[in-house]
Amino acid sequence: MTGWLVRRTLQMLLVVFGVVTLAFVFAYIVPANPARMVAGPQASPAAVASIARQLGLDRSVWSQYLSFLGRLLHGNLGVSFALEGRTVASEIWGALPYTAVLAVGGIVWEIVIGIPAGIIAAYRPKSFIDRFATIGALFGLSAPPFWLGLMLIYFLAYKVSLFPINGVGHPLIWYMILPSFTLGIGGAAFYSRMVRTTVLQVLRSPFVEFARLKGMPERTILFRHVMRHALTPVITMLGMDLGYFLGGVLIIESIFGIPGVGQLAYNSISTLDVPMITGTVLVAAVFMVVMSFVVDVTYTFIDPRVRLNRAK
Amino acid sequence: MINLPESELNAAFGGSEPTVLSEPNFWRRAGHSLLHDPIAMCSFAFIALLAVVAVFAPFIAPFNPLHEFSNGLSFQGAPVAPNGHFLLGTDASGRDVLSRLIYGARVSLMVGVVATGLASLIGVVIGTVSGYVGGVTESILMRFTDMVLSFPILLFCVALIAVTGPSARNVVLVIAFAYWTYLARVVRGQVLSLKEREFVTAARTLGVGHLKIIRKHIMPHLLPTIIVYGTLGVATSILIEASLSFLGIGVPLPQASWGEMISEGQQYFQVAPWLLVAPGVVLILTVLAFNLAGDWLTDLLDPATRDMGR
Repeated sequence: MTGWLVRRTLQMLLVVFGVVTLAFVFAYIVPANPARMVAGPQASPAAVASIARQLGLDRSVWSQYLSFLGRLLHGNLGVSFALEGRTVASEIWGALPYTAVLAVGGIVWEIVIGIPAGIIAAYRPKSFIDRFATIGALFGLSAPPFWLGLMLIYFLAYKVSLFPINGVGHPLIWYMILPSFTLGIGGAAFYSRMVRTTVLQVLRSPFVEFARLKGMPERTILFRHVMRHALTPVITMLGMDLGYFLGGVLIIESIFGIPGVGQLAYNSISTLDVPMITGTVLVAAVFMVVMSFVVDVTYTFIDPRVRLNRAK
Repeated sequence: MINLPESELNAAFGGSEPTVLSEPNFWRRAGHSLLHDPIAMCSFAFIALLAVVAVFAPFIAPFNPLHEFSNGLSFQGAPVAPNGHFLLGTDASGRDVLSRLIYGARVSLMVGVVATGLASLIGVVIGTVSGYVGGVTESILMRFTDMVLSFPILLFCVALIAVTGPSARNVVLVIAFAYWTYLARVVRGQVLSLKEREFVTAARTLGVGHLKIIRKHIMPHLLPTIIVYGTLGVATSILIEASLSFLGIGVPLPQASWGEMISEGQQYFQVAPWLLVAPGVVLILTVLAFNLAGDWLTDLLDPATRDMGR
């Protein structure tokens, strides 16, 4: 078990290292002339050369790479080019709380809609509720979030002034209801399908049959046996979703005007702020890698079958 | 050379173990299943219709999608609502929405199909090589796959476009580069189990080269998976393209694309909701059609249970 944990940790660190390297390659090697991109099309050749020196672009690739890694180890993601004198790390740190609230909200919607819908649909297959859930899930999976978000704004915020149109304010929860719903609905659709399939399987399994035969109330069967089996895979995927959402949800943050990490990434793209783009992408990827590690480890503790397999 | 009956030699060098696709009555089964599944039939019909519209856009579109009509704006300069002349109304520049939708189908389908094709190619090559060769090659390729998979797909595409510059070609390349990982993983898993099967061992024993084994004995078994992932991948690619265009870094203006139409429409949604509804509905229907077609193909070909479980 400890051996597995050590190996898994090393593997995670390796992937983080690779992600960092990949980010370096895309930020400094792929663009033909990063200094020109930073300076803008109107800059004089002298200004471009001075920026190139400032960025260390006149040095060899390896020395650039090493200093990039060195800075990262100090938590230094560089200085933004567009926002004068602001460091990338402090900007991301400042935006993170909004993204975190949005991400948690999205997860809550996924759970609140997806799991009950899946369980009810499985208990009453082919019923009206099942069909309704199926159609809703297909729609939720196929509707682009930006369109769905705009429709919600149009009907619920503009036509009927139930919610604020955009931005953030006080209380924050109020401003997060529509964005987090838009964020969570796709996942909710996915989970309702997944839960439906697993619950159908569990309901047909011998131990549920046995529990019924010995007269256990249906409610107890649901909470003690069915939920336990059906929810384990969902927990795994919810963890992955959280990692993904924390990286910033570009489109939803930009249409709802939430100053989170995604908005930061979006703004830095229009100004071609390379350190900021690299920083946000890097942070997002690291969240994903770390969450997948956390999920993997948690899973080992929740599920005895996995634990026993790995203990070997 | 060992003395073997000709039929076995043929099996080793030429043909292969039968797959789902080469079953004698496969096409009849497929047709039968399609006729009894109205939803799948509608999906394929919609995809076919879309393809026809995209190919013959210049003949079908009532107007030039880029022409800014002087009668396309009201006296106040607002977009004109749907009427007999402009069937789906006009946009804020006085251009015909229906014509733009029709030309937008070209962009969506082209990007969706080409990007998915390219992604499948990369995914199949990397997956097959790592599954077949194994060892260090496999470790390196799979860790690389993990790394690419760690980047949130849309943010990754956006960042790549930001450094390479927006153009139709870059949009296709970037989507392909972000999306190949899923197929690579699945294909690797299948190749791992396929290469242990008897017919592969038999071919190896007879001295058939590796490339020929992959081409003749392994590829045919991967085909169902590739078809299913390809169909679902088109849906994803179309969504990513629309998102990129929505963010203003997709296919460059003034080329019409659905995501860009929605993005432009959002400023006028209070006065001209049709600017949002029309492209949104078409986009949803398209993605839905590819998803449903993919579901039907999964049931028909069932790649997971047919090829991996054995």
